[in-house]
Amino acid sequence: MITAIAIVTDGLVYAAWLFVVAIGLTLIFGVMKILNVAHGAFYAFGAYAAATAIGLYFDRGWPVAGGYLAIATAAIAIGLVMGYILERVFLRRVYGRDEVVVVLITYALFLILEDVLILIWGTDGRSAYQPYTEAGSFTVGGLPLSVYDIGLVGFAGLLAIAASYTIKKTTFGRLLTAVIYDRETAAAFGVDVSRVYTVTFLVGAVLGALGGALTAPKISVTPGLGVEVIVLAFAVVAIGGMGSMEGALVGALIVGLFRAGAVHLIPQLELFSIYAVMALVLVFRPQGLFSRAQPRKI
Amino acid sequence: MTGLRILLGAAILGGLGAAAPFTPLWLISLVTLAMSTGLVVCGLIILWRGGLVPFGQALFFATGAYTVALSGRWFGVTDAFLLIALAVIMAALVAFVVGFLLAQYREIFFAMLSLALSMILYGVLVKSETLGSTDGVNVAQASFFGMKPRGPGYTFALFWLALGMVFSAWVGVSAYLGSIAGQLAGAIRDNEIRVEYLGISVTRLVHLKLTISAALAGAGGALAALSISHVDPQMAYWTTSGGFVFVTILAGAASVPAAFLGALLFEIVRTIAVALLPGGWQLILGSVLLLTILFVPEGLGSLMIRKRATVSEKGAA
Repeated sequence: MITAIAIVTDGLVYAAWLFVVAIGLTLIFGVMKILNVAHGAFYAFGAYAAATAIGLYFDRGWPVAGGYLAIATAAIAIGLVMGYILERVFLRRVYGRDEVVVVLITYALFLILEDVLILIWGTDGRSAYQPYTEAGSFTVGGLPLSVYDIGLVGFAGLLAIAASYTIKKTTFGRLLTAVIYDRETAAAFGVDVSRVYTVTFLVGAVLGALGGALTAPKISVTPGLGVEVIVLAFAVVAIGGMGSMEGALVGALIVGLFRAGAVHLIPQLELFSIYAVMALVLVFRPQGLFSRAQPRKI
Repeated sequence: MTGLRILLGAAILGGLGAAAPFTPLWLISLVTLAMSTGLVVCGLIILWRGGLVPFGQALFFATGAYTVALSGRWFGVTDAFLLIALAVIMAALVAFVVGFLLAQYREIFFAMLSLALSMILYGVLVKSETLGSTDGVNVAQASFFGMKPRGPGYTFALFWLALGMVFSAWVGVSAYLGSIAGQLAGAIRDNEIRVEYLGISVTRLVHLKLTISAALAGAGGALAALSISHVDPQMAYWTTSGGFVFVTILAGAASVPAAFLGALLFEIVRTIAVALLPGGWQLILGSVLLLTILFVPEGLGSLMIRKRATVSEKGAA
């Protein structure tokens, strides 16, 4: 019983984290048809920026509550700066090229940014545990639960609601839906597609950075952490259906719960389980769970 | 592919082989390693021409490498030719099996699913103690038809073996690309429904291409394992696959020799980058990749061909 509860809570926390990372990736893919490998770099930069911000903030002994604000500010700032540079300087030149070529552009950018990260922050790991430990924890049925983790799950839930509201109820969301369905027709009806692209990419970048920033207090921030994340986020997005928000949520839950199950029951199969689930879903639903099948064009 | 070109290729490779004893050992090792990458890239070209980009070719590369390491460790197989044959067969077999699934997919989905499959292998290798876990497995020194060269002789022997493999791959892949099945790749990329209307099963064709490319990747993996004398799970990691795609972009899919030159350039750039900027080789590789895609989208191989085309046009005028 206690294992079951542990699997569910661990799974939910892991899923919340995956969702924050994957929703940015799926948003960019849905709107721009770009599979953004550099998302891993947004994540890593977000984590480092947050670790630095937390270090500076808590060194001064300011009140704990503001530390959370510092995390968010750092993530949003670095996400906006990186997103703007990448979209304006590089991606703008390759819109309309083969999807695979654009993937390779973002892969190249990811490689470059990985080293830029080391040039800025060095190779030593950093820890910024204060927000995690200061939040405290309590025990439920013999299991310690961290308040920070619960906050993370809450944040992911709010993010899902906010994303759904934005897309369904706001003007920008409707423009976005139009562009997702048919970019050219949307442009013909006067939608400023170029602006929609820029905003989408910035939002996606901020979400990626936020994913990293929220994780920073839980882990030792070391170089190379973007690599693992990007492949995991791909798995989530592929399961859910590329470009689908509901898909990202369900994909994150599936991967989160499966991984937690594997960790608690058969720890050798941790990595294996995630990709096995992904392969299994793709066998039956090649487009992922929530994606429309594309008509074949003759 | 004319007899003259085959003779020319054989002469160039033979010349390289003859020059080996007068070349520093580190350079020979580097070229051998580059050839193993070149073999994998040869296979990638076959898929690339059909519009398929596998982000998981490391699956077959690692299968080949581990086949060599484990055949030696478990069954005491040391003959290099036998080891390579086993690696090729194993890699092709794995591709044949996963091909039933993978050949159904195109574009980004093909790329992602092949990535997932290679990551499954990575996950298994990392966690499995019998397969060496994260430390990997050492590869015993191979023998060549009963001969057991040691020291520099071993490096030469591997180099000559690599030259032979490159020659076979070059002749074989060029012949395949020139055949009807190979020529259909471009048609598949442009519009596969029209190919189906011609009465050809695209799925089976892609399955075949995948199996051939995997056999080449297995050969590359086997050569790499023998040359490094060690295999580890990193060989199945997605960054390894990324490296192969990188070389394919660099070289372009236009010709087979370009694949080997591209692989050589890749190894040289990597060696120089590591020497000059130990922490920054990804930065250099990424920049080269970015510049190549932005400014030479068809790869460096296309520059040679374009130049040749303009020269012959001038000659005709």
